[in-house]
Amino acid sequence: MNSVTGMIFIAVGLAFNVLGCIGMIRLPDIYNRLQASTKCVTMGTCMVMIGVMISSGFLHSAQLSARCIICMVFILITAPTAAHALAHGAYSFGVKLWEKSVVNRYEEDFPKKSTDQDHA
Amino acid sequence: MKQAAMFLLLLLLWVVLVWPFAVTGGRVHLAAMELVPGVIVALLVVLIMRHSIPEGFKVWINPVRLFWFVVYAGVFVFYVIKANFDVAYRIIHPAMPIHPGIVKVKTTLKTRAGIAMLSNAIALTPGTLTVHAEENGDLYVHWINVKATDVDGATGYIVRRFEWLIKRIME
Repeated sequence: MNSVTGMIFIAVGLAFNVLGCIGMIRLPDIYNRLQASTKCVTMGTCMVMIGVMISSGFLHSAQLSARCIICMVFILITAPTAAHALAHGAYSFGVKLWEKSVVNRYEEDFPKKSTDQDHA
Repeated sequence: MKQAAMFLLLLLLWVVLVWPFAVTGGRVHLAAMELVPGVIVALLVVLIMRHSIPEGFKVWINPVRLFWFVVYAGVFVFYVIKANFDVAYRIIHPAMPIHPGIVKVKTTLKTRAGIAMLSNAIALTPGTLTVHAEENGDLYVHWINVKATDVDGATGYIVRRFEWLIKRIME
């Protein structure tokens, strides 16, 4: 029973990971692609971890469960931070938004000539 | 004091990762030799990082804040799941219904840790990703489906969900 539930969790997690990869290809610019990769891959990987924990039994293998929980916490902290760093770096480098983007307040407040300033 | 706290935290992380416990015949044995590299590494990290340990870690030793952190964790997980279905829908829909743009939002959070926590929460919630954060609380957020282009409207959509919780946790 546990292994079936765990397999279902792992399968759903992998499906979300695949969706994140499809999003990386389909979406038009780096910012939208980062959104897809950050969100889908974060939850997909967390669901794989939960599936591993369930299929191996939570307390039956406490070592594995503890490692899975630490992995999940690190992914939840580092994935959005890395996405923010990539988006900020891409913007500082001058990567344009998709041409059908609705609004860009950042460019209004920090015009292009100020991109050499360090906004870290 | 804060160096000691960080050392203990790192050592705890090491123990959980290495798991130097062995159960034989109902008794738990601790393999002390496996702790030695952990102690060395934790000491090295504390020595190298001693000037960049954040000051405000003592606020965590407070049951009220921990309670609000548990509430925050629940709200956070709910929005992460919602975000995934939202983004997945936009990806697999043939017409790709996205209206992206960068909007400006204002937060009333004061501490750097609070603003960082809010930025992280924004990056994992439906359709938003922090591109730039100012010290005074202005955040520039990439939004995959812009519903309001003005500062107040966007703040209402993006920031209000988490701001009141993070204010109770961090400030």
